[in-house]
Amino acid sequence: MSRILDTLRYSKDHEWVRIEGEKAYVGITDYAQDELGEIVFVELPPIGERYKKDEEISSVESVKAASPIINPIEGVVLEANEDLDGSPELINEDCYANHLYVLGSFSQEDYDSMMDGNEYKTYLASL
Amino acid sequence: MIEPLLIDKSKKGRLAYCYPPLDLPRSFDHEFEHLPSHLQREGGARLPEVSELDVVRHFTRLSGMVHGVDNGMYPLGSCTMKYNPKLGEEIAQMAQFTQIHPLQDTSTVQGCLSVMYNLLEDLSSITGMSWGSLQPCAGSHGEYTGLKLIRSYFLKRGDLNRTKVLIPVSAHGTNPASAAVNGFDVVEVASNRKGLVDLDDLKSRLTDEVAALMLTNPNTLGLFEEDILKISEAVHEAGALLYYDGANLNAIMGKARPGDMGFDVLHLNLHKTFSTPHGGGGPGSGPVMVNDLLRPFLPKPDIVLREGGYAFDWDQADSIGKVSMFWGNFLVFLRAYVYILRMGSEGLRAAANHAVLNANYLAKKLKPYYEIPYTGGIMHEFVISVKNYKEQYGVTAEDFAKALIDEGYHPPTVYFPLIVDEALMIEPTESESLENLDAFIDAMIRIAKRAKSDPGSLKKAPISTPVGRLDQVKAVKEARVRY
Amino acid sequence: MIYPYIPHTDEDRAHMLEALGLSSIDQLFEVVGEDLLLEDSVPIAHRRTEDEVQRMIDSIAQRNIRGIPFLGGGCYDHIVPATVKALSSLPSFVTAYTPYQAEMSQGLLQAIFEFQSMICEITSMDIANASLYDGSHAIVEAALLMVNAKRGAKKVLVSETIHPFALKALKTWVLGTEYEIVLVEEKDGITDFSNLAIGDDVGGLIVQSPNRYGFVEDYTGMAELLHERKALFAISSDPLSLAIQKTPGQWGADIAVGDTQSLGLSLAFGGPSCGYMAVKQPLLRRIPGRLVGITADAEGRRGFTLTLQAREQHIKRERATSNICSNQALAALMTTIHLSSLGWNGMVEAARQSYAKAHYLAHHLGQLPGVDVLDAHPFWCEFPIVFHDAKRLRKFLQELRNEGIFAGVRLSALTRKSADELVLLVAVTEKRSREELEMYIAAAQRVMK
Repeated sequence: MSRILDTLRYSKDHEWVRIEGEKAYVGITDYAQDELGEIVFVELPPIGERYKKDEEISSVESVKAASPIINPIEGVVLEANEDLDGSPELINEDCYANHLYVLGSFSQEDYDSMMDGNEYKTYLASL
Repeated sequence: MIEPLLIDKSKKGRLAYCYPPLDLPRSFDHEFEHLPSHLQREGGARLPEVSELDVVRHFTRLSGMVHGVDNGMYPLGSCTMKYNPKLGEEIAQMAQFTQIHPLQDTSTVQGCLSVMYNLLEDLSSITGMSWGSLQPCAGSHGEYTGLKLIRSYFLKRGDLNRTKVLIPVSAHGTNPASAAVNGFDVVEVASNRKGLVDLDDLKSRLTDEVAALMLTNPNTLGLFEEDILKISEAVHEAGALLYYDGANLNAIMGKARPGDMGFDVLHLNLHKTFSTPHGGGGPGSGPVMVNDLLRPFLPKPDIVLREGGYAFDWDQADSIGKVSMFWGNFLVFLRAYVYILRMGSEGLRAAANHAVLNANYLAKKLKPYYEIPYTGGIMHEFVISVKNYKEQYGVTAEDFAKALIDEGYHPPTVYFPLIVDEALMIEPTESESLENLDAFIDAMIRIAKRAKSDPGSLKKAPISTPVGRLDQVKAVKEARVRY
Repeated sequence: MIYPYIPHTDEDRAHMLEALGLSSIDQLFEVVGEDLLLEDSVPIAHRRTEDEVQRMIDSIAQRNIRGIPFLGGGCYDHIVPATVKALSSLPSFVTAYTPYQAEMSQGLLQAIFEFQSMICEITSMDIANASLYDGSHAIVEAALLMVNAKRGAKKVLVSETIHPFALKALKTWVLGTEYEIVLVEEKDGITDFSNLAIGDDVGGLIVQSPNRYGFVEDYTGMAELLHERKALFAISSDPLSLAIQKTPGQWGADIAVGDTQSLGLSLAFGGPSCGYMAVKQPLLRRIPGRLVGITADAEGRRGFTLTLQAREQHIKRERATSNICSNQALAALMTTIHLSSLGWNGMVEAARQSYAKAHYLAHHLGQLPGVDVLDAHPFWCEFPIVFHDAKRLRKFLQELRNEGIFAGVRLSALTRKSADELVLLVAVTEKRSREELEMYIAAAQRVMK
């Protein structure tokens, strides 16, 4: 049973977003980390670059798979989670506590169009 | 049994190979020092300093820790690990071929050009195509070339809209990768319940944006695409072209021809169907064969036969250009040509006959123990799923594969095609005798029984190899790829 | 009826068909359908015995004419120790598949690991892959890497002085894609960097040294310039030349590519060859091709395995940035054995002797009328000579041919341009004996006097 937090928003590509003031934290969901298996590498996006919604922004790698991370909301990369450089498996341990990157100047509209916890749960059931 | 790295056996001053002294006037002894200093290399490189015997023992021991077709059965699905004739090896070492430079005057390389031209003729006859190019060095290189031909064909017609390539989800990874490298968007075509191309799904996707459909036939489940003529018709009606991935040609060689099925372009794998050795991962050769429609676009130079003899022809205005430095993997052509000469028309047909007979025999005998999700019309290979074993006993396809290693076999292909869970793809080839097949069946049955009675033992496999299961996560994380 | 390489007897076939409940193998092919099934086989010749085939091949081989090759143009006749052929012919190496099943392939994986390491050492780079098809493919993969590594990159700058066939391969690659090759022109035989424009859409620069004329190029300041503009720097080199020439790593390049044919592979009419690519650490996840890494098993025993496979086509599929699957493994093994036999000292000796012999020949040819040795720039073992007229060039080639010497490669054979007709590229390796050199000089003197 996939863990889903009601406080977050979700994309079809299994990313979650959490807003804290002017910042949007982005990570991957429990379903995604489970599918990947033990994560061995995270490619972090460059700071300062603007990415559109649905643009490929990063990638997460396990031994047998390489998953692109599709940016769920338009924004500018403010921070990248450097903890993941040395310990990518943190995502497996707690995918909601360990974000991938942080966006600023993000699109509220894009965020509003994302799925909430219940909608994501329904979506997962359809897969 | 650990064989140290050769660099770790080095001793300063030791020498394996001795060059004769420089036989020029003494004034040339230090000629190299005239290279301006800012262009000179700084420092040396750490390479082994060992004796010749050290080199020989090192690589001989390493070869003892490798499993080739010469060692034992290799039922690797989609790889066609058939016997590599020794005659081919001997001929490929003839100095009359190995000492020929690619840029010698054509009048001095008539032997090489003759081999290439005659090989192209034979491959055209075998596939039912019009002509081809031997330049691509591997199957996926052939795919890249073939897709480039398709792209150029549409560009020449001003058909700039055709940016998509349709590929079944069961296809080999190189298919979509080759399409992507050529700038195409990949659209997946669904399989039906029989494991074949879903004709309705295909038709719904055949818009005027589609350049080609890539297929292998038999497909990666070892099943013949019964509707191939209908598929071909639909694709051509939509104005698109049909690409054949020749990896599975061994099933139909001498029995049917891709050209007759309506394919416009194909690549062959000489290192599969035509018995040239795999060499640990290469070199192979992936010739591309085409019909008249695509012939003008073939890589250059072409090889032609004129009154004076064979020649290179660089005068094709619409050629896509070059895909290799020179003319392709010539020594591989030589081996394939020798194979075709040996087998002849009867032998090639017999190879397909016996490859299919062997696979069907194995499938029949294994069916009581292993689930075969798609059984309708198995040809030269088939796919088993150990999903039920995983669910009941927790043993995966990987565990079965590793257990087979302890039985003395190279495991079948695992986790491919993607449409079958916990897949093992088995292709015995025509090289294996009845006794070899029966022994393999016995081994598979033993493992099936162990999976039920002692699943833990499968998880520990392999135990008969120099090392046990390796830590793949550690390998990726540490990424130590050099000494 | 026993067919070559197929062990089945009539009895075997009968037994197997019985097990299948069938009466004939043809029934297994019914699914193909009548419209497609061939009645007989394909229209090629009947089979032949080993002896017949050997005779046929012998007769074909007689139509090849061997000579003393002063030929280069990307393929060189160097001395190869006997160990190379002997050890690379060991049956398990020859007949093995790609070592995906690591535990039973440790020997092969270790050999590839050693290859990767040696390439890194020679090029002064951090990571090398398990081989590419050839030098032209390596250059194309470098370009692919460049456009994928930089967001918005659409162009790759390429020097006009790289091997003309590699340039053709690059142009073939961009056909039908959104990418563009921008030529950096040559001046007097070397790359002219004076008009270099490195825009935001430029992924990188690819150069070659020794270049297509054999000239060693100067890349001072190039790496810094490119890195400032966030572009990558790739240098293609004959790996043997790196025994005396400044290495790509020492020039600050990000990518080193080339062909290891000059390290242990025979001429073989141009194939199989063996491409190499080595990169600096930051590009670890962008390098195409197979990579072998060190790891351990549960008992802590050292083992080798194919690693970082998430980069490759079988995992990335339509998101792959390179489609390479099979490589030139056995050829790379030959290079590994060659380098193991030579060691660094051997490599340096071979490179120095090639240099000396080439300069000896150039010195003597430079004294002849009717032809100019172009030595405005330093060269290693290959140099261009320009004839004053085509007739003498033809006579020159014929006269030397009569002595059993292949005098050089016509530049026009590579560039396919008639303007280059008077230029002959002469290559001299350590393998050319004093006697062969004197024969060349004497014949040249006879023709050109």
